Amino acid sequence: MIEFQVDRHSGVATYLQLVNQVKQALRLGVLEPGDRLPTARAVVEATAINPNTVLKAYRELEREGLVEPRPGRGTFVTRSLSRPESAADSPLRADLVAWMRRARDAGLDRDEITALVEAARAEAESDPAAPARKDNTT
Amino acid sequence: MNDPTAAPALRATAVEQRFKGTTALQDCTFDLPAGRIAALVGPNGAGKSTLLHLAAGLLRPTGGEVRVFGSEPGTPPALGRTAFVSQDRPLFPQFTVADTLAAGRRLNRTWDQAEAERIVRAGNIPLTARIGTLSGGRRTRVALALALAKRADLLLLDEPLADLDPLVRHEITGLLMAEAAERGTTVVISSHVLPELEDVCDHVLLVQDGRIRLAGDTDDLREAHTRLTGRADPSTPDGLPTAADRGAVVHAATTGRQLTAVIRNAPGTRRPAGFDGTADTPWITATPSLEQLLLAHLRAPAAAHRTEAAA
Repeated sequence: MIEFQVDRHSGVATYLQLVNQVKQALRLGVLEPGDRLPTARAVVEATAINPNTVLKAYRELEREGLVEPRPGRGTFVTRSLSRPESAADSPLRADLVAWMRRARDAGLDRDEITALVEAARAEAESDPAAPARKDNTT
Repeated sequence: MNDPTAAPALRATAVEQRFKGTTALQDCTFDLPAGRIAALVGPNGAGKSTLLHLAAGLLRPTGGEVRVFGSEPGTPPALGRTAFVSQDRPLFPQFTVADTLAAGRRLNRTWDQAEAERIVRAGNIPLTARIGTLSGGRRTRVALALALAKRADLLLLDEPLADLDPLVRHEITGLLMAEAAERGTTVVISSHVLPELEDVCDHVLLVQDGRIRLAGDTDDLREAHTRLTGRADPSTPDGLPTAADRGAVVHAATTGRQLTAVIRNAPGTRRPAGFDGTADTPWITATPSLEQLLLAHLRAPAAAHRTEAAA
């Protein structure tokens, strides 16, 4: 089960915060196909937001094909967003954790590490040698 | 959640309320569809409580008419579907919580004792406690337990969150939202503190000086306006571009060279007319937040003295 956190001052629409939190839980494997999302009643009781906001978030997740409502039973996860490459025991993740430790030991703070990761991502994405995802152009 | 063909939960038509020479409300016309959670906002003394008393049937309007699900407030069909929690939470201080709930059971045709006890227990309030010994937050919870156990379709709450600490306010709001989610209850919550309702309401009724200044779905109202920021036009006294439709300006103010304005969009568009901007003087546009929108409307009377603001 997922517990929603609403940040009133984040500038992100409340329903989108809920959508993003479900997606994050799907990526992390906290939610898996077949799991039931909390009822609108349970969500609003805990977060004190308008029930329609929850329904709007669930409709958006449904539109994206991630959940489906089953009348009288609730809203269920239909698809996972977690990839084996990002699982806790994957080599890619282990490499990244080791790299993070090195960056921290080298004295970089959190913002500097984030900036470096963003820069490296941009560099990799602009690299013409990189295998592009859209391979239907040739 | 409710029958869409049904009458609005609350309808006011040209309502006027006079008290011995003073006019508390005038020319009030609006519909509140069933299933909405409406914020009734406005400055102190604007007429919010008067409006709630009219809807609860505790006052009879001196002009116009009020209808609750199509019935006249105060008549049995309307009374049975309405619950009102007034600002002073009139509970008997000598009664215990159990006595208070028992009185509620006797006084109401529909009564859900289990629900009343659940709400009271969820706040860790002993049924044997006397009302007079309870804190403000707990008294509010008991008052709400009475209102919710009645299983009303329209809940009228006058400043239910005033004087509550943030944790209790969150708890009480959660309780109300859960009720609305489960039963599709229409809720009207009055407050002069808008931010506490911004995430809660999907409908707004703005009252100022006894008049309804704004009524409708919060997203529709926000999207019918644009918030503009840019360089004030030096050639006009108010800083607005010459082509701007001044009748659509809700509120505009200049600070130095900067102009900030909330403007009604041109009909059928997502932009106000006459604010196209040029490459030299672009406008930064955004949909106003509910708070920005309401503040702009509350400040609007000052728009009559726009030259002052521009000086």
